[in-house]
Amino acid sequence: MTSRYARIAAFVAIVVAVQLATRAAGKEFFLTQLTMSAYYTLVAVGLSLLMGYAGQISLGHAAFFAIGGYATGALTTLDLSARRGAPLVALLARARVLAVRPDPYGGEALGVHPWAACAAALLLAFVVALAIGVPVLKLKGHYLAMATLGFGTIVYSVVLGTSALGAADGVGGVPPFPLPGGLAVGGGRADRVANYYVAWGLVALALLLLSNLVGSRVGRALRAIHGAEDAAAAMGVDVARYKLATFVLSAVLAAIGGVFLTHYNAGIGPGEAGVMKSVRYVAIVAVGGMGSLLGTVATSAVLSFLSLRGYFGTLDDAVFGAVLVLVMLFSPEGILRLDARGALAAAVARLRGGEGAR
Amino acid sequence: MTPLLEVRGVSKRFGGVHAVKDVSFEVRKGTVKALIGPNGAGKTTLFNLVSGVAAPDAGEVRFRGEPIQGLPPHRVAALGLSRTFQHIRLFAGMTALENVMVGRHSRSRAGFLAGMLHLPWTWREERDVEARAREALDFLGIPELADAEATSLSYGQQRAVELARALVSEPELLLLDEPAAGLNMRETVELAKLVARLRERGVTVLVVEHDMGLVMNVSDEVVVLSYGEKIADAEPRAVQKHPEVIRVYLGEEDAA
Repeated sequence: MTSRYARIAAFVAIVVAVQLATRAAGKEFFLTQLTMSAYYTLVAVGLSLLMGYAGQISLGHAAFFAIGGYATGALTTLDLSARRGAPLVALLARARVLAVRPDPYGGEALGVHPWAACAAALLLAFVVALAIGVPVLKLKGHYLAMATLGFGTIVYSVVLGTSALGAADGVGGVPPFPLPGGLAVGGGRADRVANYYVAWGLVALALLLLSNLVGSRVGRALRAIHGAEDAAAAMGVDVARYKLATFVLSAVLAAIGGVFLTHYNAGIGPGEAGVMKSVRYVAIVAVGGMGSLLGTVATSAVLSFLSLRGYFGTLDDAVFGAVLVLVMLFSPEGILRLDARGALAAAVARLRGGEGAR
Repeated sequence: MTPLLEVRGVSKRFGGVHAVKDVSFEVRKGTVKALIGPNGAGKTTLFNLVSGVAAPDAGEVRFRGEPIQGLPPHRVAALGLSRTFQHIRLFAGMTALENVMVGRHSRSRAGFLAGMLHLPWTWREERDVEARAREALDFLGIPELADAEATSLSYGQQRAVELARALVSEPELLLLDEPAAGLNMRETVELAKLVARLRERGVTVLVVEHDMGLVMNVSDEVVVLSYGEKIADAEPRAVQKHPEVIRVYLGEEDAA
């Protein structure tokens, strides 16, 4: 229990150290990509819970990220100022669900307040995850992978084909997300350091809550489901409900990432819903080690950052594909969990066995 | 007084096979009841009908007077029926202690939100769950195995962990599915002693078993199944003299 908090404290210390290092090195512009990678990390850490603890795969988690992002993007960029007179609009405006923002032509636009939009986006992700999860989580292994892949493809096609959502261009002009203390999640350069801390603070909070969960009765039941589903049920674990709750929790976390990255980038495009993105999240979880939340966070931070800085060039997707192949071949439990000495001993034993056979 | 478990006219078919045919029996509180029969007699099917793994096509299963047939296994477990498995089903990647702690699931309540927030009452609950799990390991005589990876233990030790896991929920009815399967002579004797100790503690037991010796020693009453039908239901000594039972078992020996 104390080691749980010690690890999270160490994580926070690293977050601070990285920020100080970018300042010392005069590379503060790195913080932009580091901030973005934090939001992708929220998706990965939720998926890590689903895959590593509940033992369920999802090849459609980018869809939940996109649902969060598109919902907040579409709602906050609405312009209802022409319908100010309508009773419902007036009521929502008075309840501060709607907010006035400057429009690009110097006028005023009336859209949904980012906080209300965020709540609506998370509710939407929650409902969709529930609706998809109930039928799909009855499936296992390959079948579950295929069904979630199908779901991801549907969401991708919908956002790509809906002109109201900007089709191939996506949603742009999304206003910053106001926070207490005059801060805002948005692309303003002055807020770069604050945004970095807000993003990684969210990751730290998610890490804290999920580590607590994993160490609790629920986490134990999830590991039991992973180990022997029928026996877990015989101990009183409502297997279907636990799988569904974990799926929904990971989907809402993904949507939170989508909401904040959309405000930070002032927009979102259909690529965020793509299958390649979903595969990328799975690759990150696989490297970090199934069942290691901190390993997933570390992997996601590094790989997402390198990818966003463009270090992988045109081979960006190929890098994640290759990572997935290599991890599955050499360490299905994840690289950070690889017991180097044990693996070496096993390899030596294999070689010896081979010689003996000869 | 209503019996703890009542099975009334229960039938189950798989395609053309009538696995269980109109079987009725009762388990009274505080007794050990055995369910025996040759291979393919329908013991496991009947066991699954009681534990909620399968629903009967006809008939009723009542626990404390309440019908439970067709309830899913986790609901049956929550009512106070706890089971072990013929083929050991321990949770891989977890220690013996953690395995046993899962057995306490139906008697504890911290959910997703309480778990994430790590609320103070959940710490107390966790401490209580751990203490009871250690007690159960003590009762089985294997406290030193608490931190061992459960699936790396010997077969007999795994059986003991499974029993601890089933007992930690303080079940009203303990269902044992062929507990002597794969055990050696000495371990089988230990198992018989354990069942006797459980009865002294007031635990009601329904044991499905192939090993006649174990059953005759530990049970108060024995139900004999043959081809899905009940052919005897009496005290062990009476069952041993039952002509139909002798025919079924000796007939098997002749064939072998």
